[in-house]
Amino acid sequence: MAKVTFLTDLCKGCGLCVDACPKQILIIAKEKINAKGHSPAEMTDPSKCIGCAFCATMCPDCVITVEK
Amino acid sequence: MHVQYNCTKFVLHDCTDTMTCICKAYGINMIVFEKPKALTDVPMHYCPGCAHGIIHRLVAETIDALGIVGNTVGVVPVGCAVMAYDYFACDMVEAAHGRAPAVATGLKRAMPDRVIFTYQGDGDLASIGMAETVHSATRNENITVVFVNNAIYGMTGGQMAPTSLPGQVTQTSPYGRDIKTAGFPIRVSEMLATLDGPAYIERVAVNNVKNVRNAKKAIQKAFQNQLEGKGFSFIEVISTCPTNWGMTPSQAMKWVETDMIPYYPLGVYKDKYADVTGDIGNTGEVQ
Repeated sequence: MAKVTFLTDLCKGCGLCVDACPKQILIIAKEKINAKGHSPAEMTDPSKCIGCAFCATMCPDCVITVEK
Repeated sequence: MHVQYNCTKFVLHDCTDTMTCICKAYGINMIVFEKPKALTDVPMHYCPGCAHGIIHRLVAETIDALGIVGNTVGVVPVGCAVMAYDYFACDMVEAAHGRAPAVATGLKRAMPDRVIFTYQGDGDLASIGMAETVHSATRNENITVVFVNNAIYGMTGGQMAPTSLPGQVTQTSPYGRDIKTAGFPIRVSEMLATLDGPAYIERVAVNNVKNVRNAKKAIQKAFQNQLEGKGFSFIEVISTCPTNWGMTPSQAMKWVETDMIPYYPLGVYKDKYADVTGDIGNTGEVQ
């Protein structure tokens, strides 16, 4: 199963990963706040992840690591 | 290529790619995507959604893939990417505004065994540094130039750039760029392709996953050309500036698709060493 790790404190909450996800399981967690003061991206349903790494490809800050 | 370092657990073994790796058989995950080693751990200062981060990563992935991190010298511009010397793990030089190709020329001639690349924005390369760019291209200096075109001056607060589109609203063109007084945008790739000097010129974009992958291939080719001594390789990357365009990051990516790419068509503009019998993408034809 694919495993996606977010370095949450580097995330700037731009949402490019949310647009790129073909399974639409990424969201910007509006209620959370990270060390930079942004709302970070997170995954709603890890079991649906196919490990395509589209999110990581579009992430400008190398927040996302994908294992498969 | 040997990729054993890609496994999450270090197990000594031979594998040629992630699909046939023995780790799969033992249920150990393979890393599909991680931060390239040619980038440092310094958090980038760019605005949320700025495509500079993506382009930095593509250059770093290329440096990793070619295994040249200890042998590469980057030249950074003045502009938003001025801090790029903090982000790349290779040696970096900070050039005067627009003069990165001139500095790179000196570095390459003094140290021909090193890989020299410049990373420049449109305010740097297409405005103040146009002379250095054109002359290093026509001399066919054996360097790689990564040109980030986001149609605006980012760092100084969103003024009109030579590459701003007709009608584009900026700080210094509040009613839209008027072509009667401000002229037309400069298509740098097309202009340089008219010269006999440069070896390779391509324009790519980073607005979606497919274009990011094509951009990575183009940047890899540009570095490979330098290693093979083919000469001046120029990659123009259509980028975004959500802050100064006044858009959200995803609106900015759509604006690239709807407005910028029609004005700046993607494709290979010049490839001196193209195999004429090869695939269509390398024959110098615009897509």
